Order: sequence, then C-alpha cells, then structure tokens
Amino acid sequence: MSRISSVFEQLKAQHKTALIPFVTAGDPDPQLTVPILHALAAAGADIIELGVPFSDPMADGPTIQRASERALKHHIGLKDVLALVAEFRKTNTATPIVLMGYANPVEHMGYETFAKNAAAAGVDGVLTVDIPPEESTGVADVFAAHGVDMIFLLSPTTPEARINVVAQKASGFVYYVSLKGVTGSASLDLTEVASHIPAIREHCGLPVGVGFGIRDGETAHAIARFADAVVIGSRIVQEIENSPREKIIENLTNFVRGIRVAIDAK
Amino acid sequence: MRIGELPDERGHFGPYGGIFVAETLIAALDELRREYELARKDAAFMAEFRHELKHYVGRPSPIYHAKRWSEHLGGAQIYLKREDLNHTGAHKINNTIGQALLARRMGKKRVIAETGAGQHGVASATVAARYGMECVVYMGADDVVRQSPNVFRMKLLGATVVPVSSGSKTLKDALNEAMRDWVTNVESTFYILGTAAGPHPYPMLVRDFQSVIGDECLTQMPDMIGRQPDAVIACVGGGSNAIGIFYPYIDHKNVRLIGVEAGGDGVATGRHAAPLSAGTPGVLHGFRSYLMQDENGQIIETHSISAGLDYPGVGPEHAWLKDSGRAEYVAINDDEALRAFHDLCRFEGIIPALESSHALAHAAKIAPGMSKDQVLLVNLSGRGDKDINTVAKLSGIEL
Repeated sequence: MSRISSVFEQLKAQHKTALIPFVTAGDPDPQLTVPILHALAAAGADIIELGVPFSDPMADGPTIQRASERALKHHIGLKDVLALVAEFRKTNTATPIVLMGYANPVEHMGYETFAKNAAAAGVDGVLTVDIPPEESTGVADVFAAHGVDMIFLLSPTTPEARINVVAQKASGFVYYVSLKGVTGSASLDLTEVASHIPAIREHCGLPVGVGFGIRDGETAHAIARFADAVVIGSRIVQEIENSPREKIIENLTNFVRGIRVAIDAK
Repeated sequence: MRIGELPDERGHFGPYGGIFVAETLIAALDELRREYELARKDAAFMAEFRHELKHYVGRPSPIYHAKRWSEHLGGAQIYLKREDLNHTGAHKINNTIGQALLARRMGKKRVIAETGAGQHGVASATVAARYGMECVVYMGADDVVRQSPNVFRMKLLGATVVPVSSGSKTLKDALNEAMRDWVTNVESTFYILGTAAGPHPYPMLVRDFQSVIGDECLTQMPDMIGRQPDAVIACVGGGSNAIGIFYPYIDHKNVRLIGVEAGGDGVATGRHAAPLSAGTPGVLHGFRSYLMQDENGQIIETHSISAGLDYPGVGPEHAWLKDSGRAEYVAINDDEALRAFHDLCRFEGIIPALESSHALAHAAKIAPGMSKDQVLLVNLSGRGDKDINTVAKLSGIEL
C-alpha cells in the first residue's frame, strides 16, 4: 500500500481528517524548503503538497504565482525539487509528499525519467494541474510502475458522468477544487461545496481532499466534516510571503497548528 | 490520416495539440467543441459568418502584384494578399467575428481576449461593440506601453483593457491572465482566443475561420496569373494568419508553404521568438507544441521587434506541418524585417505591420534567386500604422 493510502487508512481508523498544506519548493529560497517541510509535519500536516515552480502557472492566483517567481529567482528546477524531497526523506519517512505543478517541467525531464527519480527521492504522488485524465494515457502507467500515485482534480464544473473517467485514472486521493477560479480566490460557499461530495463518493472510492478558498480554522473545520482531507495553499504561502525570513518557521508552525486543532475539534 | 483532416477528436495533430488544462475548464471546452460542431454544419450560421465577412470586414481582400518591388529585387514576382485592407487593419477580425457569433449562439454576454500587438484586442473590442457584448482585454504591461494607439482604440470601442504585470509582461502573460479570468467566470464568459493555439478546439476553429484567406487565394491567383503561386509565405507568431493561408493549400503539393518566425537579434543569440526554428516540444497554454524553454522546462522570455510575434509557443498544426515536412519554417531578424518594412513603404506605398514585414523580408531574401516568371504569394496580414511609433523610435525620431 502506498504511503498516501496508509495515511488515509490510519486517519480513518481514528475518525480524523487529513490536513494537507501546500508550499512552493524554493520559496522564499531553496535553503529554507526542507526546514519548512519538517515544520509542517511537526505542526500536524498529514501529507504535504510541494509546488514545483513554473514560469506560467495558469491555474494559480497571484499569491502562488509570486511564490513561483520567488523560487525561480534561485533557478530552482524539477531536479532540484527532487533533491529537496530526498533531503527531507533522510529524517522523515512517514509524511507523504505530493508534487504539484504543471506538465512542462515533467515533460521536459521525460515522464519515465521523472517517475523513476521521483520514486527514488521519496515522492509519493504527483498532481500535474494541466494533465487531465484524457491526456494521461501512458503517463499514469509510467507513474504506477514506479509506485507514484497520480492525483487528479475534480471541479464544480465536472459533470457527474465524467467523475468516473477521472476515478479510473486516479490513485492516492482525488482533489476536489471547491470553487470555480484560481488558487487563492476569496469566497467559498460551504453548502455548495458539500452538495458535490456525495456524487464524487458514489463514483470514486478514493479519499476526497477539498481545497481552494480555505483560509482559516473555521472554514477548515466545516470542510473537515465532509471531506477526507483539507488542502490549504495560498493562505500558507501568504504566511511565508508576509513573514521576515527568520520568523517563517515559527509563523507557519503557529498557523498550521491552529488549523490542525480546528480540523480535529468535534 | 490525411494532414488536412486533422486534428483528431481530442485535438491532436500527430503528437501536438490536445487539451492540457485544469479540470475546471474541461466542461467549457467540451461545450465549445459541441457548439462549434453544430454551428459549422448550420447553414444559417455559416451564411451569417460569410455575410459579416463581406459587408463588415470588406472581403474578399484583394491580391496585389508588388511590381516595382519585384523589379527592384530582380527575381520572382511578389504578390500580396491584402489582409491589411480588412476592417480594423488585420486578419484578426476574420476569427473574432466567427468566435463572437459562436458566443452569441451560446448565450454568452461577456467576452474576454488576450492581445500582444493589440490587433486581436482591437478586433475583439470591435466585434463586442458590433454585437453588444461586454469586452475585457488582457494585455502585457510592456505591450500596453509599446502599442498605446491600439490601447486607446480598444477603449474607444468600449472595451476594458487590463494591463498584466506578472512574468515577462507580454503576450504569454496576458494569455495566462485571460485563462484565469475564464476559469473564474466560465459560465458567463466566452474566451475569444486570438491565434491558432491554446487547447482544442481553438486551434481548429481559429484555423477554420481564418481559412477564408487561403480559400480566396485559391480562386484569385488563377484569375490573375492563370495558376497557383510557387510558394506561399506568411509570418508565424501563434500562427493564425499563416494557417489561414496555408490550410487550403495543403493539398496543392506543388506550392511551397513557408512560415517565417521572428528571429529577433538572430536565432544564434538566443534573443528571438522562433520556437519552430530553435525550440523543443513541450506543453504550454493548454496544448503541446514547440516552445522556447530552458533546461528545466521553464518558458523563457522571447524577443522580437514586433509585439505580435513575441510569443514562446506556436500553434500545434504548424508543429505538425514542420515535422511532416509539408511546410518549412525560417527565421527573419529584426533588422531584416525593418528593411522590408521600409522597402514596401517606398516601392509600393503600403505601410505593412512589423509582423507581416517578417514574411515580406523572407520573400525579398529568396526572390532574387528565382526566375522572373516564378511567383511568391505573401500574406500581408496587417497594416503598420500601429507600428509607426516603434519605427520612429528606432530611427531616432520622436513623434
């Protein structure tokens, strides 16, 4: 069983919801990425989404786009991101890492080379935002052969019939994008989000993570009541952006701890 | 499969094209594809499209024999397809009319567009005014400065122009931002994509709407010279004017198809916008094609004297035409394009767009080596009024 699946099994047994924070690799600089990953795990992250910086992050809002730009100033590439994961794995073999990014850096490295190197570095799953299931033929097989889960998005605009198509290709978990828009968008209608989950569960046996628009403990708590995982990205990246470098670890820790408590509250 | 029958149903031209977008846009692209399939078979829709092209755009655009320039060059005869004479001054309007009619058919009241040189932005603002739609145009902040007359034109036409300050502040960033808008407002909004690129079905439908250019040439050339030209030459940024004139000629195997990319300071310098000449395949903006990218697969900044060619990717059908050998692609540097710009002004009394000047420059390069009874057909895709500030500045003149 993959590291991702076993995390969800354990949490299910404890009636807990997973917390998945997102940070961009190399933001604000590559030296701080591994300490940030350890801090997130220590503060209560069950899985960590690690963003692979890309020059043209089409599906991201300004916050995560700026994180990419900060990281790219250090010329951090996909192979550097894999090296950071390997570094993290030296002292943490428990917390799954999901790489989140765009197709081109992976395509440029080559899917086979990437899958092999990612597995060797200790990557557990990959979410390439702009590779929908229809374009993943071949890619999904390559990832599976190396034991890397391929995580796909579902959105409010996904027709029910299509959930099956996604479910057939997905492994690890599915990521429900809780609003139409880019990452970091503002308003979230919780009733609306909750109303989409039953259809997903009907067609897809995988755990359902929910993300986009979750900015505080209150929302995280509400989402945790019906989701298997709560994903928080832009709000965490903001914490990095707005903190002086020496306070980043402390501020991130406090923020993530607060979310953890909110999610676990009955 | 015959080249001309591509793309397949998921938008592939060989290994290129496809639908590489986030899940939120999949349903919108499906809807667009379904609607377009119905529209292209709907006689009333196509009749209205043709009616608009005739009475609003002023089609067919003429073909003109550039006799004095050809004589000066001393070789092949150069003929110009006068897309610069279209309403709004470029080929872009052919496509925006087609897409605006689709938007209206789909009940969308808001249209958005990206623009580089501003020609597509103007063409989008124009049709939005014509059909009574709200229009928002995304434009790189650098391009807003470079192309200020077009920015004012769009505003006169009632559009909102949003400068984009992220990334390299040019066309690719405007495209990113337009996609973000579309993801957010997907139910109310129609995205009028300006070139034969992006996720399927855009490369196909832009090609189909622009094919009127080549279709007209197919009958105009025999009327003028009794046969088809020896070669068709067009500039290639995203590639919509080129695919528009190439596509109807694909089956005419004796006609060479030559796409001209922006060589900037020279392909060898790395400062250019010529992905077919010096790029490698990758995925950007929803499709796979040749891209300008670094060793990490990051998209690199492009350089060209012409804002309309300043794009790191190229339409997927061009990638396929290149690999299949049916079309050839070359690069023309800034200085060569500028020389052709001035030559056309002086020899023919036509001020060409800097984009089109790249195609003209390649014609000027190969014509002298050809015989006087050979014919080059150049797509003069736009007029150069918008570029006079750029050209004046290069000549050290303050307007």
